[in-house]
Amino acid sequence: MRTLKLVAVSAGLSSPSSTRLLADRLLQATRYKLAEQEYAVDVEVVELRDLAVDIANNFVTGFPSERLQDTIDRVTGADGVIAVTPVFTASYSGLFKSFFDLIDPAALTRTPVLLGATGGTARHSLVLDHALRPLFAYLRALVSPTAVYAASEDWGSGGDEYTEGLPARITRAGEEFAALVAAGSGRAEEDEEIVPFEKQLADLRLD
Amino acid sequence: MQFGIFTVGDVTTDPTTGRTPSEHERIKNTVAIALKAEEVGLDVFATGEHHNPPFVPSSPTTLLGHIAARTENLILSTSTTLITTNDPVKIAEDYATLQHLADGRVDLMMGRGNTGPVYPWFGQDIRQGIPLAIEHYALLHKLWREDVVDWEGKFRSALQGFTSTPRPLDGVPPFVWHGSIRSPEIAEQAAYYGDGFFANHIFWPKQHTEKMVRLYRQRYAHYGHGTEEQAIVGLGGQVFMRKNSQDAVREFRPYFDNAPVYGHGPSLEEFSSQTPLTVGSPQEVIERTLSFRDYVGDYQRQLFLVDHAGLPLKTVLEQLDILGEEVVPVLRKEFENLRPAGVPATAPLHPAVTATKEA
Repeated sequence: MRTLKLVAVSAGLSSPSSTRLLADRLLQATRYKLAEQEYAVDVEVVELRDLAVDIANNFVTGFPSERLQDTIDRVTGADGVIAVTPVFTASYSGLFKSFFDLIDPAALTRTPVLLGATGGTARHSLVLDHALRPLFAYLRALVSPTAVYAASEDWGSGGDEYTEGLPARITRAGEEFAALVAAGSGRAEEDEEIVPFEKQLADLRLD
Repeated sequence: MQFGIFTVGDVTTDPTTGRTPSEHERIKNTVAIALKAEEVGLDVFATGEHHNPPFVPSSPTTLLGHIAARTENLILSTSTTLITTNDPVKIAEDYATLQHLADGRVDLMMGRGNTGPVYPWFGQDIRQGIPLAIEHYALLHKLWREDVVDWEGKFRSALQGFTSTPRPLDGVPPFVWHGSIRSPEIAEQAAYYGDGFFANHIFWPKQHTEKMVRLYRQRYAHYGHGTEEQAIVGLGGQVFMRKNSQDAVREFRPYFDNAPVYGHGPSLEEFSSQTPLTVGSPQEVIERTLSFRDYVGDYQRQLFLVDHAGLPLKTVLEQLDILGEEVVPVLRKEFENLRPAGVPATAPLHPAVTATKEA
């Protein structure tokens, strides 16, 4: 069986970062579930902080540095992508959005994606559904049903009578996402095609 | 091989003095630059076409016609002619006229343009960019080859019994290049007609150029115009030179840092390693330019961008002196020594130009 490749993209800025921590936990939960089904899994975490200048330069010049291109290739070539951002000013962070702005809009089509976000208070948790989910819907990614929001207080508390605690939400998200990744593991690479000139002319009905 | 310069025609403030040339000055300077190109022994002068500030070249054949009258040997070309938003009938007429006035010293490069609003300003739709380039060129190609044209297309009003005048000089249309950065459709179009393919090359990583030229060569052979090696390829380049490398870097850095297009982004050093930009000694420019051949094969035309980002006229003329005296003579010799027999040395010249050369 082919080794499955999971890439987590973390837009956390501090070190250590709770965004990175959530990305790691989601990655771990997914990997654990896939390993149970005897899939070989290869994981990687991309810290966008390390690419911040490359990302800005790409906006200025119109092309990515070699390092940024390599990262984009690894993300778009992954069998599953875990995308985690801190909440800034009522949405994903600018750095997070900027990275995905640089990816070809078709490059994540049908790629399973697990969403996560972190913030100081649980009041921002709908960012997952009101900001992140539409972004990945636009990219035609297969967004996993459960996305995980971690507020500061979640790292130090269990659940309550209405909500499961963070570990349970992470486990559930990992299980659902692992199923999507496993189901898509036969995804074939699409080749770039040349449209012969006769066809281009014929489309215009010219001789 | 042919060597020359291509200009964008930007009016840009000199960041070292804060001075901005007037449009009048920029146009006159462009003429001075073209005349200097001929004086120092370059082969080609090409102008861009733009229809918005801060650019001046909206009327390329007026500019090139004037330069034609004041030069003897320089080939006048474009970089690029907007095949999408210009009426192909007007292109046929304008460039055929220029060809007569310049006694055949004319070729041109088709491009789609990269300024969104130009399409609606000229009554076109940017989403139709590629189909426009294909249909308009198909008509232009016909207008220069058939005396009486009946035509019906998707984008332009129909023509019945139309003759584009003047007819091309001695019945030989100007040679056409198709310029593109990364659209395979355009490489395919150039290959289909057996026309030249010009890779912009500058401001972009070489991977785009390598991929497009490879595709063009394969398809050129596929359409039976010759072998892959015989396809007609041109490349852009961007240079700034001084005797000592460090002086070149020191002098060019403020222009680089503030340049339109790429300024305020990566450092001069990063951009030089990512794109063909070469800032250094004449020897460094020679070595870098020869290295282009490693990934595109033997090619026929090399154009340099030397007059943008607010560089003053005096500096640009000095750059042309260095190109003409120290760089191009060496490159001519080196490329010629490397070129296998059977691979054309230059893009096709008009018979009137060949005749002058032989006389």
